[in-house]
Amino acid sequence: MNTEESYEIRLKVNGKTQQITAPARRLLSDALRGELGLTGTHVGCEHGVCGCCTVLVDGAPVRSCLTFAVAVQDREIRTVEGLAADGGELHPVQEAFKECHGLQCGFCTPGFLMTACALIEQNDDPTEEEITEAIAGNLCRCTGYQNIRAAVRYAAEIVRSDKT
Amino acid sequence: MTTQSFGKAIRRTEDDRLIRGHGSFTDDAGSAGLSLTMIRSPYANARILSIDVSEAWDVEGVQAVLTYNDLPGRLVEPLPLLIPHPSLVAPRTQYILAKEHVRYVGEAVVAIFATDRYVGEDAAERVIVEYEPREAVVGIDAALGPNLVHDDVPGNVAADHVEHVGNVDQALVGAPHVLELDLDMERSMGSSLEGRASHATWDRHSRKLRIQNATQTPTSVRFAVANILEIPDEQVEVFAIDVGGGFGTKVIHPWPEDILTAWGAIEYERPVKFTEDRVEHFISSSHERAQRHQIKVGFDDEGRILGLDVDFVHDNGAYTPYGMIAPLITATQLPGPYKLPNYRVRFRSVYTNTVQVTPYRGAARPHAVFSMERTIDRIAAFLDIDRAELRRRNFIQPDEFPYDLGMIFQDGRPAIYDSGNYPELLEKVLAMIDWDGFPERRSQTPSGRRRGIGVACYVEGTGLGPYEGGHVRVETGGKVQVSTGLASSGQGHHTVFAQIVADELGVPFEDVEVVTGDTRRFQYAVGTFASRAAVMSGNAVAEAARLVKEKAIQIAAEALEANPDDLEIVDAQVQVKGTPARGIPLAQVAVLANPLRYSFSEAARAATQFAGAGDLDEPPIKPGEDPGLEAAGWYSPVRATFASGAHAVEVEVDTATSEVEILRYCVVHDCGRLINPLIVEGQIHGGVAQGIAGALYEKMAYDEDGNLQNASFMDFLMPYCTEIPEVEIDHLETPSPLNPLGIKGAGEAGVIPVSAVIAAAVEDAEGFQINHMPLFPSELHEMRLMNAEVSE
Repeated sequence: MNTEESYEIRLKVNGKTQQITAPARRLLSDALRGELGLTGTHVGCEHGVCGCCTVLVDGAPVRSCLTFAVAVQDREIRTVEGLAADGGELHPVQEAFKECHGLQCGFCTPGFLMTACALIEQNDDPTEEEITEAIAGNLCRCTGYQNIRAAVRYAAEIVRSDKT
Repeated sequence: MTTQSFGKAIRRTEDDRLIRGHGSFTDDAGSAGLSLTMIRSPYANARILSIDVSEAWDVEGVQAVLTYNDLPGRLVEPLPLLIPHPSLVAPRTQYILAKEHVRYVGEAVVAIFATDRYVGEDAAERVIVEYEPREAVVGIDAALGPNLVHDDVPGNVAADHVEHVGNVDQALVGAPHVLELDLDMERSMGSSLEGRASHATWDRHSRKLRIQNATQTPTSVRFAVANILEIPDEQVEVFAIDVGGGFGTKVIHPWPEDILTAWGAIEYERPVKFTEDRVEHFISSSHERAQRHQIKVGFDDEGRILGLDVDFVHDNGAYTPYGMIAPLITATQLPGPYKLPNYRVRFRSVYTNTVQVTPYRGAARPHAVFSMERTIDRIAAFLDIDRAELRRRNFIQPDEFPYDLGMIFQDGRPAIYDSGNYPELLEKVLAMIDWDGFPERRSQTPSGRRRGIGVACYVEGTGLGPYEGGHVRVETGGKVQVSTGLASSGQGHHTVFAQIVADELGVPFEDVEVVTGDTRRFQYAVGTFASRAAVMSGNAVAEAARLVKEKAIQIAAEALEANPDDLEIVDAQVQVKGTPARGIPLAQVAVLANPLRYSFSEAARAATQFAGAGDLDEPPIKPGEDPGLEAAGWYSPVRATFASGAHAVEVEVDTATSEVEILRYCVVHDCGRLINPLIVEGQIHGGVAQGIAGALYEKMAYDEDGNLQNASFMDFLMPYCTEIPEVEIDHLETPSPLNPLGIKGAGEAGVIPVSAVIAAAVEDAEGFQINHMPLFPSELHEMRLMNAEVSE
């Protein structure tokens, strides 16, 4: 009873293409975490409000809990694991979150990092309003956001100083 | 000198793993096992007439579908009552799966074990449960009415408790002035972004049940699971590696799902995981914060409080797994920093058909502070005395410590404030917000806006016993391994405990590695709650480090042929004081601490039996000694240590939209000596944000049938960065005399006075009384209309 049809789905994640077999209803968040073992992407609400599951698809922040894996075949997906090579140098947003104490329990952090990454890779000199606008879709229960704002500001500063 | 790290804003060691996406949260564990899906009651109060699970068994991938009648052994018993109390006359806890009756929307009724959650949810749709609904008891008014939540609990009263100091009746009769206040606060909840979770694996070869659990209390989960499954403690290992926020909710244990995953792992010989989804977190974990207070206060012409009589009702929801701790905290923390020679508090804790109520960050202290600070403001208004001045007149003075409140605190011990300086806290926060300059600023308020200012003070009992322990071991490679039993959920324990050990032992901070909340590493612990981790485990690891240092110096003294009193440890080397050339690395001392038969490295040869060290007339391990450069240390305080603080806020209220805007938020905070100011400030930021959430945005919106109407992040208004202002912080450091490090807890403080201070500021802006929190724009608008009518 209830045998479900499965599909071969090609997912290009952090520059590497992998094939998974999953039903059409498999969420991208579950495919990343379950099939691909990329557990850095977290699921906080399953209805697209908290932002914990944010990944980049073709450079834009996307809620992976509201996206079917089958719908993003062959698109460029970036997750928190792709920000820095294993043990390698941190991405400016990672560096900044650490420096500014922008995380406590760390559960919402990957979503904030990906959101901030999308912002500063497009605009390395954001105004306060642009920072607020960018991260206003992500919930954090630990930090009160003050150090997260500081971290995004500082990440942009690192990017700018790296260019000079 | 080894660089001191205590007191420094050291960046956290936890972060590297978390920012690379390499954290290890419970739901990240194994994917090849079974997933547990729960079917929950859609009724707040109903009898279960029948449950038909037959079609669910047919769904491909379903391992088992269980109801109460299928549960074996002790799983049929109600879950444990965690904290009994003599005044808790009718405690009730829920069953793992509902037995005949459901008492809140969300109560677990059926458990489905399936290959994944998708399959489990498919099967859940095929289960038919027939209910006979009854009138639901929702809210405090209903709880005091005729309908019952538990048929055998008359009046729905779980607990009825009185504490008193002095003679309140006499004081009120003799007081020149008496005022009465009715104050109430709504429910909110912890809402950690990671929900509850448990992953259990049974290794039938080693006969070990390994449980990764999103808990604040791993050692207690272990004992509870072993007890209910009737297996030896030794077979159960519980660890919380990364926990995505706790805020009190994850103190509660065991949850039905903790037991079912553990039992299922053994029964089906497959790993079993439960991961709570967001709706489940809203309707099946814990809430906090619905209380209604009636206050009578007597005072003299100068505003000195002569007597305070408080009677409040606490809505504890459908069950009382955590006993009556939350209202007891309100009762004993209500006096705050003020002298109350005559104080009586009575509370009734009552059942309703709603989610159970257990402590959430602040743990009913926000209610206590709201009650006391509103009272102080009301007296000030009545006598037309400046609100800050009225506080000064009632403060316990710095030379009056230790100050005995005359009551029994939540740890069962006398509530005695150990140290503090409340007048200075107040003066600092007034200076910070420029209290005296406010009339000038108010005169410049733009049109369409009303401006107000408020101040609130609090005292928080932190660092409760009974105890915590810590273990420190120096490895032969030079790394210092530290473990403590309580768990972490974002507080930076790995960093602060490493700071403490580094300084006590005399090693670089970078050499210290900390593990928390893992019963395989440390079996005895109480848990992370009540702002206690830094005080308790901090002092325990410090003691362990001191013992290790003593041992290292003894061993090194023999090797260096020096007097132990002449030795010191600097930068991980034991040396003659001031003479680094006469020294021996701590790593080498660790080698010597373990007499060897078999060498494993060049360095280890020095500890082998033909290396020529030691007195041949003595055994290699002398009586009373242990091998290894390691020790366990314990800290068990005689009673709690009391932190304190003062908050001030300036707000503007929009006269058209009734929206409250926070212009400045100032905090002066005293948690004794600061281990790491960066982390303490982070805790305050987060606490204040949760306070603002509870004051202006969040409530649990139950309808009269007991349905939680806002059980999603779309409807429950947890603030984003757009709602939370920058918080300005200053510290006062009044050391605690109760522990060697002089520290007090800091985890919950930020949240405690926020509702009180925002109510004060809005009242100041609007000119009418604020007696109810949270304060939504729609309610504020209604209040304006009502007050306009009254004044007409």
